[in-house]
Amino acid sequence: MSPILQAVLVITLGVGLSVGYFWLSNLILDNVLFPAKGINAGRNINLANAVRPWLFLFPAFAAMGLYLAYPVFETLRLSLIDRDKADAFVGLANYRQMMDEPKFWEALKNNFLWLLVVPAASTLMGLLIAQLTDRLRWGNIAKALIFMPMAISFVGASVIWKLVYDARPEGTEQIGVLNALYTFFTSNSPEVWLTVPFWNNFLLMIVLIWIQTGFAMVILSAALRGIPEETIEAAVVDGAGPLRIFFRIKMPQITSTIIVVWTTITITVLKVFDIVFAMTNGQWQTQVLANYMFDKLFRANDWGVGSAAAMVIMLLVLPILIWNVVSARRELR
Amino acid sequence: MAELKLTGVSKIYGGGIEVLKDINLDIQQGELVVFVGPSGCGKSTLLRMIAGLETISDGTLEIDGVRVNDMPPSQRGIAMVFQSYALYPHMTVRENMAFALKIAGKSKAEINASIETAARTLQLEPYLDRLPKALSGGQRQRVAIGRSIVREPKVFLFDEPLSNLDASLRVATRIEIAQLKEQMPDSTMVYVTHDQVEAMTLASRIVVLNNKGISQVGTPLELYKTPKNEFVACFIGSPAMNLLAGKITGTGETTTVQLDGGGVATSNVPTLDSDQGAHVNIGVRPEDLYATEPNANGASLYSGEVSFTEALGEVTLLYMDNNGEALTAKFIGIHMGLRGNTVALSAAPDNVHLFQEGLSMLHRAQRS
Repeated sequence: MSPILQAVLVITLGVGLSVGYFWLSNLILDNVLFPAKGINAGRNINLANAVRPWLFLFPAFAAMGLYLAYPVFETLRLSLIDRDKADAFVGLANYRQMMDEPKFWEALKNNFLWLLVVPAASTLMGLLIAQLTDRLRWGNIAKALIFMPMAISFVGASVIWKLVYDARPEGTEQIGVLNALYTFFTSNSPEVWLTVPFWNNFLLMIVLIWIQTGFAMVILSAALRGIPEETIEAAVVDGAGPLRIFFRIKMPQITSTIIVVWTTITITVLKVFDIVFAMTNGQWQTQVLANYMFDKLFRANDWGVGSAAAMVIMLLVLPILIWNVVSARRELR
Repeated sequence: MAELKLTGVSKIYGGGIEVLKDINLDIQQGELVVFVGPSGCGKSTLLRMIAGLETISDGTLEIDGVRVNDMPPSQRGIAMVFQSYALYPHMTVRENMAFALKIAGKSKAEINASIETAARTLQLEPYLDRLPKALSGGQRQRVAIGRSIVREPKVFLFDEPLSNLDASLRVATRIEIAQLKEQMPDSTMVYVTHDQVEAMTLASRIVVLNNKGISQVGTPLELYKTPKNEFVACFIGSPAMNLLAGKITGTGETTTVQLDGGGVATSNVPTLDSDQGAHVNIGVRPEDLYATEPNANGASLYSGEVSFTEALGEVTLLYMDNNGEALTAKFIGIHMGLRGNTVALSAAPDNVHLFQEGLSMLHRAQRS
């Protein structure tokens, strides 16, 4: 069977089954379990209405439990046992082993570096672009172009940027933009940028900033437009200049949106994997936690340490996630 | 405290849409001038042009004799109170009021003194450290006014400041604004509203805007008693003035008009011999009509069937119909059981206005 046909079949079946579930379960609820007739009609209608939300939520709950809640506990269990010793409970031995590895500390240190740079840079640039393009006639075109990287997968983006950082032997034409410029403006020989420790981290971060700036820009642009025009006019009458209006009137009014954008990007950063995997695979001191976990789990086949790394990532993400949800809900009110 | 002068002011938006054309207006120091007009007449635009929030396409705007067309709003010496209050939501009442003063580089002591004074005047002292969201609509409006007072502007601009308040609060705040004006007799205020009552009660002069220009400027009672044209006649007063078509049959110091609906009206507006037979509209306010006995030779002004009544207690509104010619009358007190009856009405000659081609015949001498 051709793959297209397969895809169509799967989509039809999937959607059909979902619709069928809601329709059929609703039908059974209303007509078989609690029929709206007889002496108990009123009570039955109330009962059916009380049950209905749970009925409709059930598939989502089941899927979330199976694919999200269960793996958390399973990972926790895996991080506390040793598979090579017939699943014997080893306590925190896996964590201790992980902490003795310099690669883990390198990954943790790099993750914090990413955490400091990427959300700040993306949010700031997003805010700046949102503000600068707001009143331009071609602002929407500029925004569309800046938003476009959002549609590219992290791996695709990594491939594009790997070409930007590409190095060819000296004397041949440089196809990487960075080296082309570098050799043109200096007399130095081309540099293999991704192998320069410490700075190569920033070269990887640029890829994520490039992708996330569009996201930050779109959300913040909407927030800026939501600011009541009259408060800005009042500030103009009060004598505030453009910079003061931006920092004292506009920014404070979109604080909660900025926090949501910032924390959302932070969570993405903590989970960053594809970019490092595709560009350096953690070599030359660019390791990050998610790639470290992948390394341990699927390359070294060390389930214990791999799961321990996964738990560390989850513990780091959790507080930021909670803050994110709380801010987002506050903004909705 | 200043005088405001508009000469030939026009507003044309991009795309050639003309909103205001050749506005000439002198506002003296200490006046409270109210702009009224139907929605879309450009009254808010005119105010925003004075504020500097809209550019002036043509003409000059002078404040205290200085041309301010190209001056930014903050240097014009104006302060504006917005319809939606436009308070800075993240600042306390005190910070809201201090914002402009801080920008102007005033000292802490000066700023605090101005805020204390304004807060006392507007009874905002207990709320100085609250955020706007913790205030009621009326309090927010007072903060907005306070924010403009502390700047000690030459001209206060109000853009429909009461339209977001509920009815009872609107009356209370209207009186507060009137008292505020009395406390600051030298301050010049320009006030935009679509509410006639606000215009009539607050204004020292009303500017009626219509059709891109000024229809009439005058004190509230001038506009009520001697409207220059049918538009002002119908716009000022509620319910609107009745207009009835007819033909002049008697001229001189008093004018007699034979109405198309069969009635006869006498007006104290003088006419010339040459006006004999001219087609005119007479205008009578609903409150100036009184019931008379239907007279055999049809000498009443109007006679028709009461098709609907509205009893408001203090007054009763009668909606009348005479073969398709509608008229509204307002009687003092309660008048029950008139619906369906035929009533004849008359008005004192002093209260009958004459309009020819939409313009008042009383003002004809001034026009020519």
